[in-house]
Amino acid sequence: MSILVDERTRVIVQGITGKEGSFHAARCLEYGTRVVGGVTPGKRGRKVEGVPVFNSVAEAVWETGADASLIFVPPPFAADAIMEAAAAGIKVIVCITEGIPTLDMVKVKRILKDTGAHLIGPNCPGIISPGKCKMGIMPGAIHREGTIGVISRSGTLTYEVVDQITRSGLGQSTCIGIGGDPIIGLNFVDLLEMFEDDPDTEAVVVIGEIGGTAEEDAAEFIRNWVEKPVISFIAGLTAPPGKRMGHAGAIISGGTGRAQDKIRALEKAGVRVVRNLGVMGDFIRSYVG
Amino acid sequence: MKIHEYQAKAIFERHGIPIPKGGVAFSAEEALKIAQGLGAKGYVVKAQVHAGGRGKGGGVKKVETLSEVETAARGILGTPLVTVQTGPEGKQVNRLLVEEAVEFRQELYLGITVDRAEAAPVIIVSGAGGVEIEEIAATRPELILKEVVNPLTGLCGYQCRNLVFGLGLEAGAIRSLTPFLQKVYEVFAAYDCSLVEINPLVITKDDGFLALDAKINFDDNALARHPELKELRDPDEEDALERKAGEFNLNYIRLSGNVGAMVNGAGLAMATMDLIKLAGAEPANFLDVGGGANKEMIEAGFKIILGDPRVEAILINIFGGILRCDVLAEGVLQAARTVDIHVPLIVRLQGTNVEEGRRILRESGLDFQVAETISDAARLVAAAVKS
Repeated sequence: MSILVDERTRVIVQGITGKEGSFHAARCLEYGTRVVGGVTPGKRGRKVEGVPVFNSVAEAVWETGADASLIFVPPPFAADAIMEAAAAGIKVIVCITEGIPTLDMVKVKRILKDTGAHLIGPNCPGIISPGKCKMGIMPGAIHREGTIGVISRSGTLTYEVVDQITRSGLGQSTCIGIGGDPIIGLNFVDLLEMFEDDPDTEAVVVIGEIGGTAEEDAAEFIRNWVEKPVISFIAGLTAPPGKRMGHAGAIISGGTGRAQDKIRALEKAGVRVVRNLGVMGDFIRSYVG
Repeated sequence: MKIHEYQAKAIFERHGIPIPKGGVAFSAEEALKIAQGLGAKGYVVKAQVHAGGRGKGGGVKKVETLSEVETAARGILGTPLVTVQTGPEGKQVNRLLVEEAVEFRQELYLGITVDRAEAAPVIIVSGAGGVEIEEIAATRPELILKEVVNPLTGLCGYQCRNLVFGLGLEAGAIRSLTPFLQKVYEVFAAYDCSLVEINPLVITKDDGFLALDAKINFDDNALARHPELKELRDPDEEDALERKAGEFNLNYIRLSGNVGAMVNGAGLAMATMDLIKLAGAEPANFLDVGGGANKEMIEAGFKIILGDPRVEAILINIFGGILRCDVLAEGVLQAARTVDIHVPLIVRLQGTNVEEGRRILRESGLDFQVAETISDAARLVAAAVKS
């Protein structure tokens, strides 16, 4: 099984007529995702990769029965796109867009509270349940159906870990990139809870990085509520304080957000934290297998 | 983006937030002229650099006479100021803020930022102003008051009253502090700030509130909708190589080690830095070329890494997703044609179009080592630096 998305998920792509939107809609279709429609205001009636385009999310939901949306809308309009999806009753919203203003996301979070929609991202690679549904920009081929759940704040670092898991002979139930921004939708805790309840996930890999306290919060939750084994990697042990390391959320400020503190918190909660990224796959195999 | 104190104060003034009288000077003569114009009983000469801890570092001088203003200005301008935030080499001071000295009876702390856990702006005040807020947070957290602001309503009156009473101020302060706080929140929201900080916020002898200091950081993601802020950027405050990288849309941060790294994706870039360290070497930089990199960006990134004289080896670690390995390889070749690569080069490619990328590099005649896995890469880097 998997969490959040599977072979029944009906996906629309917001921004499907754009360069990124059309390219990745095609990759998702190739992977076998049920992409049932796209949205670009004013372009109703067109087709992209054989998929019908609608003027609004509400229209797309009405005509296709979509329940998930993948967003490739440019940063100034992305917050609005998320709210449009939520208002139309979409339950799983994945926002790939990087560079959304923080105060826009702050408002989006307030609005989402009332709708019950799950937001993944923004500034993330998306979500994939291998063999069933790929909603995002990750290379599908490195994944393989299996029992390891993966949650990460990063993109390519996730690919690295997933690739190692696959090469070690294991596979993944669902992999989620939760995004590198300070304000994001679903966080480690939300997803750990879902994986703990998913009968087909045997172990969870948490890939964190410097900045904020999401890993510490995850540690607290794991200590109290998670029985499945959790393995972790935290990037940024060598990052200097006060500098934004690419991701808007990856900054050590005022003595919080340091990698050492996160590793310590996770280890205290019984999580196995791997220091050497190169042995991640083999470690997971020996620990779980 | 960070700006100087005098620039932040100009924004405050436009929004009706009281600040001391003063002006910015680029020379001792200008400093003197500003002080003459103020005709005050005393003056404060403040170094304008993007770093905290200026007072303790000797960058803030309180003086009484005009000639002392000039002497203080000469002493600070053109010399590096070392504070807890600048590192031992310090930051050269090119601008000064000259202000009238203000008498006050109490110092407070005021800050507004985004609380990640609450996913909302939070206003923080403390009766212990003028000192490092992190220090108070660590030693006397009970002195810090917080109100989480609903972004849909803004800072409410009752929240301001909570803060007034929490600070132990007279009820009369409600009428003067409430509009002050709401104006500061207005600035925070109107300019998409990531931080607005007033430390100290002082209560003057006639019970007014005044921003004695001002610090504003802007959310880089929102700068596009505030074009007027562009001119506040001070290029002298940025590292030359970092600025060059910015022109090419590359995320580059210079560090002090000897192994340069070029990686796609911020998380993998950080993890690669950690791996270099684990292998016994030190990372010379953080460089994320991003997902949408083209040949030109790769070439620029490569030249920027080589522009750092401390670099003794370069590791390229690319997990092709959106960025294809063949594009990466061609960018490296393009750079190799125009600059001399005088240090060992280790390349680890994986993911989209990896075979094509490896073939391009192999057939180029370029001298480099291939790493199959990330562990191989670390081992090769360590060996390259040791030899």
